[in-house]
Amino acid sequence: MPASSTAPRLPAPRLTDQLKAGLDAPICLTWEITYGCNLACIHCLSSSGRRDPRELNTAEAKAVVDELRDLQVFYVNIGGGEPTIRPDFYDLVDYSVSRGVGVKFSTNGSTITADRAKRLAGSDYVDVQISIDGADAVTNDAVRGAGSYATARRAMDHLAEAGFGPFKISVVVTRDNAGQLDAFEALANGYGAQLRLTRLRPSGRGADSWARLHPTQQQQVALYHWLIERPGVLTGDSFFHLSALGEALPGLNLCGAGRVVCLIDPIGDVYACPFVLHPEFRAGSVRDAGGFARVWRQSDLFLELRRPASAGACASCGSYDACQGGCMAAKFFTGLPLDGPDPECVKGHGEALLGRVAAGAAPSPGPGHSVPVRLRTRPGPVGASK
Amino acid sequence: MDEAIAARSPNGPTAPFDPTARYRLDPDVALRPEPFGALAYHYGSRRLTFLRSALLAEVVRDLESHDSVDAALTASVPEAERPAYRRALASLADSRFIRAC
Repeated sequence: MPASSTAPRLPAPRLTDQLKAGLDAPICLTWEITYGCNLACIHCLSSSGRRDPRELNTAEAKAVVDELRDLQVFYVNIGGGEPTIRPDFYDLVDYSVSRGVGVKFSTNGSTITADRAKRLAGSDYVDVQISIDGADAVTNDAVRGAGSYATARRAMDHLAEAGFGPFKISVVVTRDNAGQLDAFEALANGYGAQLRLTRLRPSGRGADSWARLHPTQQQQVALYHWLIERPGVLTGDSFFHLSALGEALPGLNLCGAGRVVCLIDPIGDVYACPFVLHPEFRAGSVRDAGGFARVWRQSDLFLELRRPASAGACASCGSYDACQGGCMAAKFFTGLPLDGPDPECVKGHGEALLGRVAAGAAPSPGPGHSVPVRLRTRPGPVGASK
Repeated sequence: MDEAIAARSPNGPTAPFDPTARYRLDPDVALRPEPFGALAYHYGSRRLTFLRSALLAEVVRDLESHDSVDAALTASVPEAERPAYRRALASLADSRFIRAC
């Protein structure tokens, strides 16, 4: 997180080390409130599509908000699925804000009408993030589905016309859009919006599309330099593995899973981060006795993640301090050991290992809630896709 | 993780920090105690900052009850450390976590 640190110059452990040991409550919590989605993006982290009958109901969801308020979680990132298709979505947003828990929600834009945009413009403490994955319809729709670019742009138009202020445009960087960074920036500037770029993970349906869609090494280097020149572009601190290329990117350069971040899924299960929806990283449920606070503070998984970790195979690499071994989820779902290099390690150490992962050896994210209908994929060579 | 900073920049320039004046925590700021000190979150600017000492968190919390920043420092911070604390508070004033009363 590009947050600042205010320290009188006193002997104190490095902030990174303090954060690795965990906080009393998450800094940043992602809450996916439904698996239902009207799109079927080929990189969806949560393999969303159908709603799950076990999803938290309105009263349960409000009880979660109450818990977050008690823990002084300042704001929550609401996503899904498409969160706005829940009939009680705005009820939950209003409830959360009224309890002092700010809301940032991610949407594909399909429900952001002119009228809704006006109402959103009148609310404090609500941030809106519209997702697109291409700077033009062809690039975007190949990932997010036919018509999704036009839908997102319409939502942006509505927010801009309503005077919402600086909404966010959120882009997952892929091999196909990595050459469009300037175009994304121009789009955001045109709306007075803020650009947010995040990393493609091999999670959810991304497990099937990652090999073909993740940026090349050359694109990663270009992205790093582009970001270094633009500290105002938001990244959710997701590119810290690129810090091994030189000067650290702004933000927290560490994996915050179970230490400063976590995920609550639509049925109330708590995972270490939004990118590891897999039984191995499920810490508990908000429905368990003791609720979310107990899971955060006492679950075996989270306590384990807060213990000092070995650098493993990365111990002999001079860049480990900069990249911290990269993203746990990226390693896990590509079948790499968690105490070794990231599959997109900028020194190439991950790539070398990937070639040795036996076919079918990587853990499967499972079918999730994908609708049986699969989107058309991009014409062209299938490449390394499974 | 997330980006709490830069989400909304404060509007306009801040007044220069004046340690002889009385300051207080901005009404839009919440403090959350943590093992290293406290987390401070500004609901208006969406900025987050880490107050990396328990004493700094305490000084910030109690600023308003002193006639000036200097008086607050004199009351609870060892003399040798006051310049560092004054700089920390200047930085918090600059990012509008604290403001003159």
